[in-house]
Amino acid sequence: MKPRHKRFAFIGLGLLVLGVATVLILNAFQSNLVFFFTPTQVAGGEAPHGRSFRIGGMVEDGSLVRENDGLTVHFIVTDTAKRVPVTYKGILPDLFKEGKGAVAQGQLGVDGTFVASEVLAKHDENYMPPEAADALAKAKASGAQQSKSLVVPDGRKGSL
Amino acid sequence: MIPEIGHFALILALCVALVQGSLPIYGAAVGNSALMSVAKPAARTQFLLVLTAFGCLAYAFADKDFSVLYVAATSNSQLPLHYRLAAIWGAHEGSLLLWTFILTIWMFAVTLFSAHLPEATRSRILGVMGLVSVGFLLFMLSVSNPFERLIPAAPDGRDLNPLLQDPGMVIHPPMLYMGYVGFSVAFAFAIAALLGGNLDAAWARWSRPWTTVAWCFLTIGIAMGSGWAYYELGWGGWWFWDPVENASFMPWLAGTALVHSLAVTDKRGGFKVWTVLLAIMAFSLSLLGTFLVRSGVLTSVHAFATDPKRGLFILVFLAIVIGGSLALYAWRAPKVGLGGSFAMLSREGMLLANNVLLVAAMGSVLLGTLYPLFLDALDLGKISVGPPYFDSVFVPLMVPAIFLMGIGPLAQWKKASVPDLAKRLKWAFGVSLVSALTLPIVLGSWTPLLSLGLLLAIWIVTTSAVGLRERLAHVNGNSLVERLASVPRSYWGMLVAHCGIAVFIVGVTMVKGFESEKDVRMNVGETASIGDYTFRFDGAQDVVGPNYTAARGAFHVSRDGRETTVLYPEKRRYPVQNQVMTEAAIDPGLLRDLYVSLGEPLDDGAWSVRLYHKPFIDWIWGGCFIMALGGALAISDRRYRLAWRKQEPAVPVPTRAARRKVA
Repeated sequence: MKPRHKRFAFIGLGLLVLGVATVLILNAFQSNLVFFFTPTQVAGGEAPHGRSFRIGGMVEDGSLVRENDGLTVHFIVTDTAKRVPVTYKGILPDLFKEGKGAVAQGQLGVDGTFVASEVLAKHDENYMPPEAADALAKAKASGAQQSKSLVVPDGRKGSL
Repeated sequence: MIPEIGHFALILALCVALVQGSLPIYGAAVGNSALMSVAKPAARTQFLLVLTAFGCLAYAFADKDFSVLYVAATSNSQLPLHYRLAAIWGAHEGSLLLWTFILTIWMFAVTLFSAHLPEATRSRILGVMGLVSVGFLLFMLSVSNPFERLIPAAPDGRDLNPLLQDPGMVIHPPMLYMGYVGFSVAFAFAIAALLGGNLDAAWARWSRPWTTVAWCFLTIGIAMGSGWAYYELGWGGWWFWDPVENASFMPWLAGTALVHSLAVTDKRGGFKVWTVLLAIMAFSLSLLGTFLVRSGVLTSVHAFATDPKRGLFILVFLAIVIGGSLALYAWRAPKVGLGGSFAMLSREGMLLANNVLLVAAMGSVLLGTLYPLFLDALDLGKISVGPPYFDSVFVPLMVPAIFLMGIGPLAQWKKASVPDLAKRLKWAFGVSLVSALTLPIVLGSWTPLLSLGLLLAIWIVTTSAVGLRERLAHVNGNSLVERLASVPRSYWGMLVAHCGIAVFIVGVTMVKGFESEKDVRMNVGETASIGDYTFRFDGAQDVVGPNYTAARGAFHVSRDGRETTVLYPEKRRYPVQNQVMTEAAIDPGLLRDLYVSLGEPLDDGAWSVRLYHKPFIDWIWGGCFIMALGGALAISDRRYRLAWRKQEPAVPVPTRAARRKVA
């Protein structure tokens, strides 16, 4: 092979690898993006059925109920405008508290309950996960009635 | 008074950095030796000044000086001394000071170990590092001053986030930053070479050990961060593909590519342009990582914008460093030349493929990390890119890279032949394939991923063994010990680092394949089983720590009726921030970890409990430490030690070696 051919072969190989990588990435992107919905959007029917998504907002005060097995919990996530009931089986993260922000990932059940597969433990010094803060801010902006215990994160602090 | 001294030292350091970043570079351009000689004393002065500032901040923390805003925000009078000191890098401002401090440590090291470099090169290197330092000092002094006073002083501090009150957190950030900032040396070498237009094999030989040292620190730093997440977050996971983790992983991938590319530039004079680009990339990603983690942009893109001065500074600084160095690259790189030619199937070719794969993997991580931020910034909706994305992209890209890792070291430079390689490697391949297929069956469950993981790990080890055997056949020495000793340390370093990858892969494969976990409600005296182990819950008691109160559970673990260990997980409450923390209890072992964490208290002294059985998980971090050990071995190679000896820089290495033999 002449040097020129060789260089073309190299460039071809590089492009091939890049091409394969791009296909992999786009494919993985398409099937693995998890979208986020606020309780208002869920109540408005915008959230998909049969596909995993995230919901965030505040855990309503006094809504946490534990079943006898000690592991299954029910609570309500609200953005102060709409409320969505959530069911989760497992141990809740330390930062999970009534009246604080929370984000859960899971699917919408047939009865409108959100069945969480994961309640997120952000390792973050703010109590409010960003998605939850966003949901509250959106509800606030759209003129919904505000709750007194609304917590807005201190933006100056970084995460770990 | 002390904080003001620290503040003043930073201002002086900025002045010195400005001098260091301008005069020596100009001097090197016009050939003025007097101007060039400014670099060394300036770098040392700057080191002393930043050391002073760092010491002052440390003193403010030790002294519980809550009239300093940063101290009041990140520590508390109840906080033990070692955590008060670790709180220096507990948040944004102090981390920047640590960053700058470590940058000056590297500068100081360059002044110590650069006697063999031409004066112009050394001046340019120190000048470029001085310019980077200017950026950080300006940032601190303008928008994030760690010495800012709080008047009137706070009666007590807001405390360090309890998650960070951990021995791992004392060491992890300095290690990570040593790695991040260490790439600034490779970067400075690259920029200096572009400025000077002399990019040759000598350049690569000089910058290689620095890059390897930085890479070792970064490897250890990432491993410690992962270990910290494992035992401190109470969820038993060791890697979450969280943006914070990705921020440290991207420079590692670029740095790994750089280490390999430098090897080609050093040995064969090839890949020069590519090596320079990787050096720029590794450092740019380090900067990006620092700012991603420390600017608050991950917490909320909009919070970032609410503090526009800081955000703007960061964007402008990144633009100048990355844009400026890439512009310089585009302008000067064509003059550097391409180096020797080589066939596609050769050691160079395989290293190139390894580089392309590593960079592609880095790009996919970058995309997954930044894409959600872009969407959010443009108000196009909130999405998250979770572990499934990274797993499904990363694994297919790494499998061929690791396969090549076995062949590359055995292939000849310039041109290798397939039949020859196949002949030398058929034994290794056969052993790997057979054991990868049968081992999972022996262990009790067969899945394709399990076999693939084991195949790759055994492939690395067997090919390394073949390589070592061939090497031993060609070195001088009568006995085996003599021969082993005469194999160069850089070769040992490569073998050890590659085997570290194998150990790491075994860890990941076995944990993914055989781990088991259980969430259970446990009454006092009740038992639960996981793996072959039986856990008996003996109730929880209240205990009081220095700055927290806790419920401490006791678990008797037994296997086949014999007691293995007793584990004491805790649920801690830190009153200052009113934060609850899970402190998992772990019984580590070479072949398995037992892991218990407390969930929530239920009625009658019962608790919800999470139990894990994690086979081989310690191999994950063990593998990382072995990799770093390999790097350390490579640096200790004779050729570098000889190069650093300043007395006889004019004598070429072979001559000196010959002279020693005569003597």
